[in-house]
Amino acid sequence: MFTLIFFCYCAVMIIGSGLLAIIMRNPVHSLLSVLVLFFHMAGLYLMLNAEFLAAVQIIVYAGAILVLYLFVMFLVNIREELKMDRFVQSAWLSRIISIGIGFSLIAILPAFVLGEKGHWPLEAIQKATNTKALGQELYSTYILPFEIAGLILLIAVVGGLVLAKRNSSTTIEKS
Amino acid sequence: MQVIIILIEILILFAIVMLHVAYATYFERKIIGHMQVRLGPMRVGWHGLLQPIADGIKSFFKEDVVPEQADVFTFRAAPIICLVAMMTSLAVLPFAKGWVLADINIGLLFIFAMSSLSSYGVILAGWASNSKFTFLGGLRSMAQVISYEIAMGLSLVGVMMMSGTLNLTKIVEAQGASFSGMYVFPQIIAFFVFCVAMLAETNRVPFDLPEAETELVSGYCTEYSGMRYAIFFMAEYIGMMVMASIGTICFLGGWSGPFEVALFPPFWFVAKVYVFMFFFIWIRATLPRYRYDQLMEVGWKLLIPLALGNIVLTGFIKAFTG
Repeated sequence: MFTLIFFCYCAVMIIGSGLLAIIMRNPVHSLLSVLVLFFHMAGLYLMLNAEFLAAVQIIVYAGAILVLYLFVMFLVNIREELKMDRFVQSAWLSRIISIGIGFSLIAILPAFVLGEKGHWPLEAIQKATNTKALGQELYSTYILPFEIAGLILLIAVVGGLVLAKRNSSTTIEKS
Repeated sequence: MQVIIILIEILILFAIVMLHVAYATYFERKIIGHMQVRLGPMRVGWHGLLQPIADGIKSFFKEDVVPEQADVFTFRAAPIICLVAMMTSLAVLPFAKGWVLADINIGLLFIFAMSSLSSYGVILAGWASNSKFTFLGGLRSMAQVISYEIAMGLSLVGVMMMSGTLNLTKIVEAQGASFSGMYVFPQIIAFFVFCVAMLAETNRVPFDLPEAETELVSGYCTEYSGMRYAIFFMAEYIGMMVMASIGTICFLGGWSGPFEVALFPPFWFVAKVYVFMFFFIWIRATLPRYRYDQLMEVGWKLLIPLALGNIVLTGFIKAFTG
């Protein structure tokens, strides 16, 4: 009963703050509502006994990524530099397109199926603690995908470095 | 019934922490005063003992000013975000065996999460006040907290590897009751990194650039007055206490000491936390402020590589000795 109420609360808050994030005029306010959204997602993870994921969700998404968004938003002048042309000129056409996308997303929903059960029942996870179970699975069963993900992140880091380096050298040449 | 007991426990903890915060300011003013050959507060009560209470009452009754062009909602919410985040991390700190509100398995990560949330309070305060000084203070604090949080997290990874858990109670138990079991000896590099990052995370001297008064008036809290300013102040001191507690738990063996104090089990924990607090204040009275680029250099080029090296070293030692 309690879990159901908690789930409904989290779900309503996630949808509500997600909507607020795109409705709000002030970008800092919409960022704040994304922060609220992340916290409720962490709440959902907690409900699923994935406490490690919940903590990482807040540390990484709320603590690092969202703060960086805030940083970028403060550094660029939003009123002048972020003017974009409309992709679709007619307002009605864009409404029709977005309603179509919405319907197709809802139509896809029944295609979701539950994943097959792993060999970690709830009791085993609670006994070994979620962090340990996750670590063991990551470094044994899923070592290859884990390494691939690591490699992709490394490429992104190197790419960021290269881009930043190139920019600074061109500005020096210009000046 | 259980809910009521927990509520009472929370209230007791809250009251003790608030008293602690009030007297930590007194402690700081007295120590700095004596270090600078002054007396510090002397007027209110015996040797100024009632000064913090007078200050508290004063700030409570002061006028609460909101700047005209400020973003009112964010301006009001910012100090509360700060305080709530800091107070929440108190819930997972084990003060003695069994003296903990929530003994969760991810205690250490929880504290990281809450400390990253508290940086939002500072940033939003800087932005919402709509003033150049507060804005610059907020930006500085944001960059500083992000950089030093990485160093701090990495420095504690060594402790996690040695104890094999994230639960703060179990980290203390893994160190055993003996003096030589404390992680400060095998993790001396991590302890150094942690101490520096701790000063930067709590915006203390020599890393108090977000509120550098010679350049930024008072940094992110320039526009705040009365109770809201006092809330920032409280959050800062609770932050100091939380960081000192983490240092005590992860490196100094938590509540274990040379002998048990039967009437008051957290005796050694509190004593060690006060040693840390004294260290904070001592540093403040001794060192000048860093320049901003120096701060970033120390964080990224010294502390993070050191902490990473410490992880590799700990991993090797653990792999070879079992």
